[in-house]
Amino acid sequence: MSKITMVEAVNLALDHAMETDPDVVMLGEDIGVNGGVFRATQGLRDKYGFKRVMDTPLAETLIAGISIGMAAQGLKPVAEIQFMGFIFPTMEQLICHAARMRNRTRGRLSCPMVLRAPFGGGIHAPEHHSESTEALLAHIPGLRVVIPSSPVRAYGLLRSAINEPDPVIFLEPKRIYRASKQEVHHKTPLLPLDKCFTLKQGQDVTLVSWGASVKETMEAASTLEQHGVSAEVIDVATIKPLDMETILTSVQKTGRCVIVHEACKSFGAGAEIAASLAEQALTVLKAPVERVTGFDTIMPYYRMEDHYLPSPDDIMKAALKTLSFH
Amino acid sequence: MEQKELNPIPIYQYLDAEGEVIERLPDWTQKKEILLGYYRNMVLGRQADAKAIALQRTGKLGTYPSCLGQEAISTVFCSMMQKDDVLIPYYRDHPGLMARGIPLSDILLYWGGDERGSASEHWGKDFPNCVPIATQACHAAGVAAALKIRHESGIAVCALGDGATSKGDFLEALNLAGTWQLPVVFVINNNQWAISVPRTIQSGAPTLAQKGISAGLPSYQVDGNDVIALHEVLSEAMGRARSGKGATVIEAISYRLGDHTTADDASRYRSSDELQQAWSKEPIKRLRTFLHHRGYWDEQQEQALIKDVSQQIEQEVQTYLNTPLPPVKDLFDYHYANMPSALKQQKQEAELRAAGGQNHE
Ligand SMILES: Cc1ncc(C[n+]2csc(CCOP(=O)(O)OP(=O)(O)O)c2C)c(N)n1
Repeated sequence: MSKITMVEAVNLALDHAMETDPDVVMLGEDIGVNGGVFRATQGLRDKYGFKRVMDTPLAETLIAGISIGMAAQGLKPVAEIQFMGFIFPTMEQLICHAARMRNRTRGRLSCPMVLRAPFGGGIHAPEHHSESTEALLAHIPGLRVVIPSSPVRAYGLLRSAINEPDPVIFLEPKRIYRASKQEVHHKTPLLPLDKCFTLKQGQDVTLVSWGASVKETMEAASTLEQHGVSAEVIDVATIKPLDMETILTSVQKTGRCVIVHEACKSFGAGAEIAASLAEQALTVLKAPVERVTGFDTIMPYYRMEDHYLPSPDDIMKAALKTLSFH
Repeated sequence: MEQKELNPIPIYQYLDAEGEVIERLPDWTQKKEILLGYYRNMVLGRQADAKAIALQRTGKLGTYPSCLGQEAISTVFCSMMQKDDVLIPYYRDHPGLMARGIPLSDILLYWGGDERGSASEHWGKDFPNCVPIATQACHAAGVAAALKIRHESGIAVCALGDGATSKGDFLEALNLAGTWQLPVVFVINNNQWAISVPRTIQSGAPTLAQKGISAGLPSYQVDGNDVIALHEVLSEAMGRARSGKGATVIEAISYRLGDHTTADDASRYRSSDELQQAWSKEPIKRLRTFLHHRGYWDEQQEQALIKDVSQQIEQEVQTYLNTPLPPVKDLFDYHYANMPSALKQQKQEAELRAAGGQNHE
């Protein structure tokens, strides 16, 4: 079995989902002949034809809106928004319609759609191509926001997202699209949504992250290990709804927590986790919860983006800070 | 009904693909200065474009969108704009930006990943590049409304691509421009492709210009590789805006001869036949032939121009390459006029981090 990258795993998940279920259709800008600007949909038009792999006009509101229409009639649209920076025109459709179709009709209609978009910084992209605005989407009741951190995770989570009877926003951290390879194939298991994954066991401090930042978090964990500090690493994977149980269990063991994300600090998903820990784990905390995040600034153009993204060193320092707290 | 019969919009053209005159020329073409100015700027635009691509290929520039093949459109409308007018450009208007007095070094700085590329005083009140497609059409309507409300003399000129005409923002802006009779000209650069999506998948309407008709706006098609036709249509549209008669939509028909950006490979989705066909209509050779025929231009002048332009480009490139990185505080200083104290703290943190070296060079 050969190993594949995360973007190839996305492609394989789409392929297997379309193969398994004739109701799965795909739509978006440049997803057909071109196979998507990141090649996530490469080859699928040839395999499944125009009626199932559709290039749309350049119109994101339309992409989200027709997905809702299709989904309500029993199709399972998997829509691509080319970059997360262009997801904002879909927000009205997502917030006012996708997220509440089931509730408004008391289950008569539903919205089993997936909206995929690459996101995050670190690839020297032009402006509006590097932001991490997952918290905006996570704030919306009725949506699921899922973020994979590896090829295996991308495959398993995307297949589950497509099977999910409610709308899922599937955000693909493009910085790690091709960063590592893993074995992924037909028998790779589907993974549960709404669950955190513990990537590394540890006793002294809990490091919590998702998406591309998991890479730096794991690096920090292994440097800490060399310094005799045993860190537990949790990949949140579904940021909405949030699996606080896994995080709480870990923090009950370690007493310390560092949350790592690329997005701005204030009002981010890290704030939600920290607040929940304050509510539910205050008595076990041995130190204040630390957040290592982007700044409350606009993601700078790429000449300066390294100054924005959290580094393994920043994460390590935050972990040591929690350890030295008295 | 045949689609052709549905086409309610005439196409303006004075020079055919070979640079031959096919329509009685307007009087202004008798004085060569305007035409030579266009020619010079288009040559500058094309050479600067080639240079930018070379810089990108050697890691000295980020992803860059080429304007190859559509140099005429922005050259003409930007040259015709007055100082008080406001340009709301799109990301392939480099030749136009230069015609408007924006140095190439600014353009390179922007595509080199540095906000200061949109900062210099040369920009005046013009808008920076717009990356989210078609959103700038609404800004243009807003600019035009401001000019009108404040009884100012300028007009707004907004550029966008064919793909952009599919977005609600474009149609919403046209709609307002129609009801409020706004002093704005919308120029659609129909280069036939929106990344890999051809014009035919963008809209079932036979022309893009006719989208203006539903908003009650005079709407034209023009050969976007023919500077004389562009000049004619634009002077009518700009004149209308200046005299308080409202907005115009212009669909300039051209072709994107290059890849969508340096991150794209157009051979994946379009045929070399189509590309070759398009090369035979390109704007620079067409104008050069015409200028030669008229006796406005010769080989010697051509050589001198090429030399002059490459020197200018070389200088601008050096300015760009010699621009040092901005200080870390720049990340923070421009978000608010009055920096909130929470951000001041983060600024200190970032500067400390940067000073410590670490992974933040
Ligand atoms: C709202 C939005 N969606 C998607 C994109 C990604 N994108 C950048 S350029 C482009 C094609 C634009 O085509 P067109 O308007 O015809 O202009 P052209 O690039 O052909 O000059 C797309 C889809 C974007 N920048 N903004």
